[in-house]
Amino acid sequence: MVQSVDYLAIAPPLTLALTGLVSLFVPRVVPLSGIVAASAFEVVLLAGSPRRTFCVDSSCSFVVDDFTVLVQTVMLVAGAVVLLMAQTEIRDTRLPAGEFHFLVFAALSGALTLAAGRDLVTLLVSLEVVSLPLFALVALRRYDGRSSEAGVKMFLVSVVSTAVMLFGISLVYGATGSLFLDRIGAALATPSPLASVAAVGVVLVLVGFGFKVSAVPFHFWAPDTYQGAPVAVAAFLSVVSKAAGFAGLVLVLSIGFAPYATVWGPLIAVLAAVSMTVGNLVALRQRTAMRLLAWSSIAQAGYMLAPLGAAGGDAPLDSLVAATIGYVAIYSVMNIGVFAVVAVVGWVDGHGGGELDDYRGLARRHPLVAVALAFFLACLAGLPPGLAGLFAKIVVFQGTIVGGLGWLAVVMAVNTVIGLFYYLSWATRLFAPLPDRAHFGGIGGIGGVARPVAVAIAIAAVGTILMSILPQFVLGITIGG
Amino acid sequence: MSVLPILLLAVPLAGCLAALATHRTATAVGLVTTGITFVLAVVTAFSVDYVRPGTHLITDVPWIPPLGIRFHLGVDGVSVPLVVLTALLCFLSMIYGARRGGTPDRPHAFVSLLLLTEVGMLGTFVALDLLLFFVFFEVVLIPMYALIAGWGGAQRGPAARQFILYTLLGSGVLLVGLLVVYLHTSTLDIVALAELGGTGMSHTVQVAAFVLVAGGLAVKVPMWPLHTWLPDAHSEAPTVGSVLLAGVLLKMGTYGLIRIALPILPDGARAVAPFLGALGVIGIVYAALACLAQRNLKRLIAFSSVGHMGFVLLGISTLTAAGINAALFANIAHGLITGLLFFLVGGMAERFGSTDMDKIGGGTLTLAPRLSVLLVIAAVASFGLPGLAGFWGEMLAMLAAFDPAPGLNRPLYLVFMVVAGIGAVLTAAYFLVMLRRVAQGTFAAWRKDQGVLDVTRAESLAWSPLVVLVFVVGIWPGLVLAPTAEAVGFYLGGR
Repeated sequence: MVQSVDYLAIAPPLTLALTGLVSLFVPRVVPLSGIVAASAFEVVLLAGSPRRTFCVDSSCSFVVDDFTVLVQTVMLVAGAVVLLMAQTEIRDTRLPAGEFHFLVFAALSGALTLAAGRDLVTLLVSLEVVSLPLFALVALRRYDGRSSEAGVKMFLVSVVSTAVMLFGISLVYGATGSLFLDRIGAALATPSPLASVAAVGVVLVLVGFGFKVSAVPFHFWAPDTYQGAPVAVAAFLSVVSKAAGFAGLVLVLSIGFAPYATVWGPLIAVLAAVSMTVGNLVALRQRTAMRLLAWSSIAQAGYMLAPLGAAGGDAPLDSLVAATIGYVAIYSVMNIGVFAVVAVVGWVDGHGGGELDDYRGLARRHPLVAVALAFFLACLAGLPPGLAGLFAKIVVFQGTIVGGLGWLAVVMAVNTVIGLFYYLSWATRLFAPLPDRAHFGGIGGIGGVARPVAVAIAIAAVGTILMSILPQFVLGITIGG
Repeated sequence: MSVLPILLLAVPLAGCLAALATHRTATAVGLVTTGITFVLAVVTAFSVDYVRPGTHLITDVPWIPPLGIRFHLGVDGVSVPLVVLTALLCFLSMIYGARRGGTPDRPHAFVSLLLLTEVGMLGTFVALDLLLFFVFFEVVLIPMYALIAGWGGAQRGPAARQFILYTLLGSGVLLVGLLVVYLHTSTLDIVALAELGGTGMSHTVQVAAFVLVAGGLAVKVPMWPLHTWLPDAHSEAPTVGSVLLAGVLLKMGTYGLIRIALPILPDGARAVAPFLGALGVIGIVYAALACLAQRNLKRLIAFSSVGHMGFVLLGISTLTAAGINAALFANIAHGLITGLLFFLVGGMAERFGSTDMDKIGGGTLTLAPRLSVLLVIAAVASFGLPGLAGFWGEMLAMLAAFDPAPGLNRPLYLVFMVVAGIGAVLTAAYFLVMLRRVAQGTFAAWRKDQGVLDVTRAESLAWSPLVVLVFVVGIWPGLVLAPTAEAVGFYLGGR
């Protein structure tokens, strides 16, 4: 069978993959040009109607719709920030530049493919394309034992989760006879004697994604991995990798497993409540920036899951998915901003990002950087002037309440307060008087911050401000639109 | 589309950004900005035709369609007095902050935070969209936190944290309540919702939504027993912060109750109002007792706010036009009087190095006669001496409790009225005790040698408008009651 391939539809991930290959051999080539080219394709794709390719009859494996373009664009922005902020780290901690760029681009192209994947195998393969380079990236500081330990931990957990997910996929395939999400959806909607088998499969796939998005109780790998990995890689894990996990989860649940919403809905609601509560409570006790961010990202995963937890009720699934995706998009941009600022402080006493106390007086040395970090933290806490975060919170609250999960909304309200406590205590430190032993020195560049890092912070800040004023760009985006 | 409400928000916002870019001229920027805003507020007050029902000076454009938020602004007789009060207190705070020797550290940050607070406060009073109201309600939190944490007293860190965490919990509950309303009515338009008057929501839904909305707002009011953040925040905040906290921020809670909770959820209001009233009068008595035992001037005034807001809650809980008017009037009066009191206590702290009554040591009428006379005026106004601003709000609130709305338990409200009356007597008692200990009596000899400065010109510039208004509003309550009475009549009649 000869298939015609729509090359424009697959252009963004393809461009990234090629850029990765080139930068492996020619590390001098400016890696950002690949991102810029891919972004240009996104603009073209946005203008056109939904494009589909790799189709069998009416079912397609690769679809570029509004949802795909949104997720891909967010990932490209996050990827650009990661690459920029990594520049000083590559230099300071002697990371191999060519390998670093290759691995990041490989993972990024996997993430972009995932957002367009519409069958279980494409989704699984692209999810692995995201994960495999990350093991290497996490362990890239070869001289550091912690880095290798982090890599191994993540590898083991990830492999187990993939195995679990594969098992789930095989059960679903056995029960429905198809790997295309739309066909699975149709098959599950009709009563069948294999319903219980399919249900087990659905739950196992869910568990697999639970690891990827680091929801409690599948979160154990996250804090140690963030701590041991280079800061830029932790940023990638916390934003791109998590967004990829959510994109896959949302696709699978809303197209393929929609008829089983009553099975997975309550399960996700519980996961959401537990994730946000545990994540926030443990984050309260953290002393180092990276561990705090790790636990905070676990808590944030809880907020993102919350609207999906309301599925199976009265609310239309589309609006719940739009709420989750809107939150993921806003979270990606604001969270990557925090990591970009953390890169300014860099490695202190063997900690990536240093301890929270190392941030004392940042406002006296780098006022703009400190204001940017305070703004990103306000966004994560969901308080004005971080309007982007506030709108994101309102969206998920709306989703949960429309879905009839009042209890989850109240749990979320309490969690917002707990979250504010640690974001605030970090932000307050920035404006404290400068202590004697302040680490962030830095010379040259913009305001004493290395130029690429400054640009990275600026990109994240502009994106977050844009979403604070006009969040409709990322809200209300549905799959297939 | 009307320009005035937009300018009311845009001017302080522009000033906030401009102040960030300046350094030495920050206070000048602040003065100009708050001055223009005050003029705009006065112009707004005069350009509204209060006899015509409904809201005026409307701006209504879509903002974020996926969330249903519209940029819907407008004013009526309920909000205009609060808008003017906010703009006035911000302007006076800036005058006070710009006086020689009184400029805070890092003035550009201080001024821009203050202006951002003003944006949030004004926005809350002019927003006519539920979620837009919520957004502005939240805007105030971080700048006020930063003002307390950055420029406050010795215990500022914990006090500021307690303030923001406590009020954020309230906001979270409020948000859930607002979204429940949205879920059942599919509109966020406060005017349209008030006209619906609860149709589309069952009794149970209304009660649940009212408990959520009122519970969230009650933290801000603050209603006993949710008031515990208030004494610390008020006493640790810098003078200007205390003035705005007590003068305006607390009103955002009661304004929300009157603007949102009562008209939109009438059935819920009827069911829950007695509880509001009960907690209100408990607050009055509790605050009075706490004040009697209080030795710190700032904390005393902070606790007295709990009592005054208790009267406001009592007025609201009667669900009658008279009660709501009383509440709105008491709001304004409390803003003027307590704003003045916090200014005066701030001035005393500068002169005597403490706000502890024992450390000040009495006899200030001799040491700083003009300052002390102002303190006496503010104190007697606060406990409701007839002829001064504080009298009408509390008297009318008790009068309204004598005759609550049909359907409410009248004997219960009579009990409330009696308890509130006892609270009013106790209020007079603690203020008189305070005056006895601070203003009268003899002063320590070394105070005389210290050479206490009396009211300076800049201070009298900042304080005299409040003193004048305390008298004017006291003698001519119609100034405030006329616009509110019309507006309240309209939307109570609309039900």
